Amino acid sequence: MARKLSFRGAINEALRQEMERDKTVILMGEDIAGGTNAPGEQDAWGGPLGVTKGLQPIFGPDRVMDTPISESAFIGAAIGAATSGLRPVAELMFVDFMGVCFDQIFNQAAKFRYMFGGKAQTPVVIRCMIGAGFRAAAQHSQCLYPIFTHIPGLKCVVPSSPYEAKGLLAAAIRDNDPVMFFEHKLLYDVEEDVPEDPYTIPMGEANIVREGSDVTIVTLGRMVSLSKDAADLLAKDGIEAEVIDLRTTSPMDIDTVLESVENTGRLVVVDEAHPRCNIATDVSAQVVQNAFGALKAPIKMVTAPHAPVPFSPALEDLYIPSPEKIAAAVREVHAYA
Amino acid sequence: MLQLSRDDLIHAYTRMRTIREFEERLHIEFGNGEIPGFVHLYAGEEASGVGVCQHLNEGIDYIASTHRGHGHCIAKGCDVNAMMREIFGKEGGLCKGKGGSMHIADFDKGMMGANGIVGGGPPLVCGAALAAKTLGTGGVAVAFVGDGGSNQGTTFESMNLATVWKLPVIFVFENNGYAESTPSSWSVSSGDIVKRAEAFGMPGMQVDGFDFFAVYEAAGEAIARARRGEGPTLLEVKLTRFFGHFEGDAMTYRAKGEVEALRENKDCLKIFRAKVTETGLLEAKVMDEIDAEVKKLIDDAVADAKAAPYPPDSELLTDVYVSY
Repeated sequence: MARKLSFRGAINEALRQEMERDKTVILMGEDIAGGTNAPGEQDAWGGPLGVTKGLQPIFGPDRVMDTPISESAFIGAAIGAATSGLRPVAELMFVDFMGVCFDQIFNQAAKFRYMFGGKAQTPVVIRCMIGAGFRAAAQHSQCLYPIFTHIPGLKCVVPSSPYEAKGLLAAAIRDNDPVMFFEHKLLYDVEEDVPEDPYTIPMGEANIVREGSDVTIVTLGRMVSLSKDAADLLAKDGIEAEVIDLRTTSPMDIDTVLESVENTGRLVVVDEAHPRCNIATDVSAQVVQNAFGALKAPIKMVTAPHAPVPFSPALEDLYIPSPEKIAAAVREVHAYA
Repeated sequence: MLQLSRDDLIHAYTRMRTIREFEERLHIEFGNGEIPGFVHLYAGEEASGVGVCQHLNEGIDYIASTHRGHGHCIAKGCDVNAMMREIFGKEGGLCKGKGGSMHIADFDKGMMGANGIVGGGPPLVCGAALAAKTLGTGGVAVAFVGDGGSNQGTTFESMNLATVWKLPVIFVFENNGYAESTPSSWSVSSGDIVKRAEAFGMPGMQVDGFDFFAVYEAAGEAIARARRGEGPTLLEVKLTRFFGHFEGDAMTYRAKGEVEALRENKDCLKIFRAKVTETGLLEAKVMDEIDAEVKKLIDDAVADAKAAPYPPDSELLTDVYVSY
């Protein structure tokens, strides 16, 4: 039965259900319970934004493990444990912290299977928070998923809603490859109907969230809801946009994108990441290579600028793509003769 | 010494001799231009890898190695033929020819890989130890780290984590005196690496790495402690390498005659041989026979690797993912 659940609650529920289903699933991360050995409350935080709250009381400190602030050590430990019988879900907290442990992710986890001739299996999930809009400024607001998407051996999931987050996280935990799971922190309080029973959403299958025949909007993560808002604005002017949620950037379902572009002939790609070498440039390149003949207009990209995320609310609001900016790009592409 | 049976001694000597022969032969083959890429040889350090791994079980115990990883592979029981093919980049290599010398691994043997990244192994070993603890296998995990790796943040973090989580880990620092070309006497701030044990809340031991028996005894104590669930131990093994950092290294940073003197006076195989013959535990004749068998094993492995084909083009894109 479905009921309203937040993005935060959906992730918590997926973790709980997967841990109930499979005893080898363990969680680790900084403050994911909080208060370990402290004089006050145990499970004091449940993660800095409360996503894992309540899990340690159910599963105990051996399966929901607080860690020292040592990202290299515990992300590496999660990876090592994955090669030797566990299915760890490690929380990196903010993706911005990848800099202090990236070696373990891209040189170790991502490469084991290939380097070792197919003998290693590394079923680890690394969860982290992404995205601007939290007034958290330059070192706690980046998207960075394009960097991980670049690396063979990693899978990358960027869920757009509570329903999506629950199904994709369950799939990620059951997957036998290393998976990066990117949670936009502005989505945590978003609610929608989510089934209580466990379910999975396969990686590598894009979702057409709104059908339309005039322009294709390809997007992901938090930008999906902003693109839907843009599509509603455009519909008032008689422009019907098709909105595609990529769901996963690696593997990427480019076929669904190409099919849509074959119909509409016009493409806007919306990505909150910086504009160079991001998901928008990747999708654009693939469309140009594979559906050039179908295009009736140049592709437009709506992204954050090539600048760090600013602190001042006035500047940060300017930084993030908005429904108005997306709608303007679509109008331009639609009007191109 | 007395706790080692005759079979144990033969096993230890055979593994040490196999490593020496393997590495001496790679030195020649690399010089002949037969081996592509970077190769870092372990000759001179055999007593460490074998002294530690003699205590380990192939099925439940894990090790992670460094860029100087061939010795650890052999000590953990990896197949020498498949290793040779791997290092030659040939089909049938231990990792299908996709890893090479610096990334040679065999998970079936609990060998989590040589590692091209200095300090890459310790976090992974914490994970293997965590898995052993969580799954109740009774296994332990050993991180082999060099004096160079002893200065990496990953290593510090892992030592701290292993104590905080009380993991069955043994950090074995093989201090061979040089991190690439830089002496550990200059680059290790504490002088002795073993002094760092106390800072991370674990016992530490420093042993003579030229003496198999000293390594064996200290490792035994550390591994038993880990198996009892009492947490990690640091072992600093003082030894040296006979060859350069990598093959092709002219070793101009070493003193004139340094290596020759070490080969003469600090060869762990000679020291082993002297000890067991003096005490009558093993006869020279037995070891001579092992030497001849090992020589043939390596000759055959080299011939086999040279004759083997390169991997087919179809291997380029396999094994990137389990499923994609």
